[in-house]
Amino acid sequence: MVSRLIILIMVWALTLGGVVHAAPETLEVSEIAPGVFVYIGQTALMTAGNDGAIANVGFIIGDDAVAVVDTGGSVREGRALLAAIRARTDKPIRYVINTHAHPDHVFGNAAFQADGTSFVGAKNLPRALAVRGPHYIEAFRRLMGPELIDEVRLIAPSILVEDRMSLDLGGRSLTLKAWSTAHSDCDLTVSDDRSRTLFAGDLVFLRHIPVMDGSLRGWIGDLGGLAAIGADRVVPGHGPVSPWPLALSDERRYLDTLAHDISGLIKAGKPISEAAGAAQSERGKWELFDDYNARNATAAFSELEWE
Amino acid sequence: MTRLRLPSTLLLGVCLALAFAPAKAADGYDPWPGLVQDIFQNKPMQDGGNVLSIEMPARAEDASVVPVTLRSKLSPADERRIKTITLVIDQNPAPMAAKFTLGADANVTAISTRVRVNNYTDVHAVAELTDGQLYVVKTFVKASGGCSAPAAKNPDEAKARIGQMRYRQFTQGGDGASSGIREAQVMVGHPNNSGLQMDQVTQLYIPAFFVDQLTLSQDGSLVLSVEGGISISEDPNIRFTYVSNGAKHFRAEARDTQGHVFEHEWPAEGSGT
Repeated sequence: MVSRLIILIMVWALTLGGVVHAAPETLEVSEIAPGVFVYIGQTALMTAGNDGAIANVGFIIGDDAVAVVDTGGSVREGRALLAAIRARTDKPIRYVINTHAHPDHVFGNAAFQADGTSFVGAKNLPRALAVRGPHYIEAFRRLMGPELIDEVRLIAPSILVEDRMSLDLGGRSLTLKAWSTAHSDCDLTVSDDRSRTLFAGDLVFLRHIPVMDGSLRGWIGDLGGLAAIGADRVVPGHGPVSPWPLALSDERRYLDTLAHDISGLIKAGKPISEAAGAAQSERGKWELFDDYNARNATAAFSELEWE
Repeated sequence: MTRLRLPSTLLLGVCLALAFAPAKAADGYDPWPGLVQDIFQNKPMQDGGNVLSIEMPARAEDASVVPVTLRSKLSPADERRIKTITLVIDQNPAPMAAKFTLGADANVTAISTRVRVNNYTDVHAVAELTDGQLYVVKTFVKASGGCSAPAAKNPDEAKARIGQMRYRQFTQGGDGASSGIREAQVMVGHPNNSGLQMDQVTQLYIPAFFVDQLTLSQDGSLVLSVEGGISISEDPNIRFTYVSNGAKHFRAEARDTQGHVFEHEWPAEGSGT
């Protein structure tokens, strides 16, 4: 009887096709270490069909309180993350940490606005939200539709990380570190000291081609410091949970290749319109290569020609 | 029957136009007629397909740095000359991106720069020829996707670079050197802020701050001048093909909206900072 009902629901869902949203009402999170939960986003662009649930988001439960790391690409995803938290604990959510300003990481923030919850980010996050936020909302309303985007609110952090900061969840401390311009101009990493888990935000990509929206040289320069973080595993911004710091090797190769190829084009006097030909040796090694490589190359060209 | 046929064809046209409108702009509104009025005082324009070309990528990969190249298609035998080219990005907050004035004796045949593109948009280039006529060409650019924004990636770096200038002569292949044809590039470090963002603390709009005038000359003779707006990318960058008058020096002067003047002179055949 129950199984017949499930089949009926499945058929109904399949019939509706595009109307059914990919993200369920509760995000399917996995407990990757005791008290550390992660939802692995789809390797895709943000669309109405996937609720913008393309980035990895997660939460850490301490003895007294919970910290959320990124909230997803829509308030709907944010609410599904909140439901996943409430399915596991009724401890208060003390901190919502945004690893940077990109829409797939902050558009779910509004789901967590509540008394007693503080938003946390790198010192440059408020500026990035102010400068880019209105454009993101306008652009993604076009791409994902008003139903998902109208309820998005740009919520700037009230706790700013200048360099390093420790947050306490009761018997469990998180170490936050703000980075100089790399993937973006407001990157922040979060280390859970108890489980030796690093939430790297978009400073680390696996499988999903790295996206450069800050400084290529800055990012390459930060790789050494990132690798030195003592952790057993990383939750990248995009891609699977992986051993640390081994997880950096593909990204390092891509960024080095891009810098090498772009420098060669500039030296040869090629125009920026030919930048997209860089890093073609990386094609086939990454998902979404054609969606982002030309963009990375164009941005890198305009940066490196000042060298 | 014949009286009915015409309206139904028209209606089909309207339906097709409506069907394609969403790809063009969110609301299907075409700002071009209004821009022709505002920028060109409704002066008649002719098709410019034989006068100039505009090259842009079909999709703006990075919203803040979209390459655009304008090329003259006039034959050397043509008695007319391009006096100015106005670049208009229809759907941008400030559509008039730049007005290039081409030196009378510099024979500029190509100009490349980089612009910000906020939305799906037509981009028009309008050339004014020495015969007083306007000629228009256009292309269509799809907005970039993802987290790309028409904003600075590294605002602190951009601020630190204000006023730095770079000049580069590109090596000429073939008989370029002997014919006097040169390709050069001038870069001006400047954040070129749009002024469209609000200061979160004061809730006031941050004033626009951009390079509004750039003049390039060879031994005092105008090669190219640019009246720029906020649609020009951070660190304005102009690459152009011209004919050397044998000058020993190449000079660039830039002015921004706060009245700063940046100027620099280089040996014409070299490169430098």
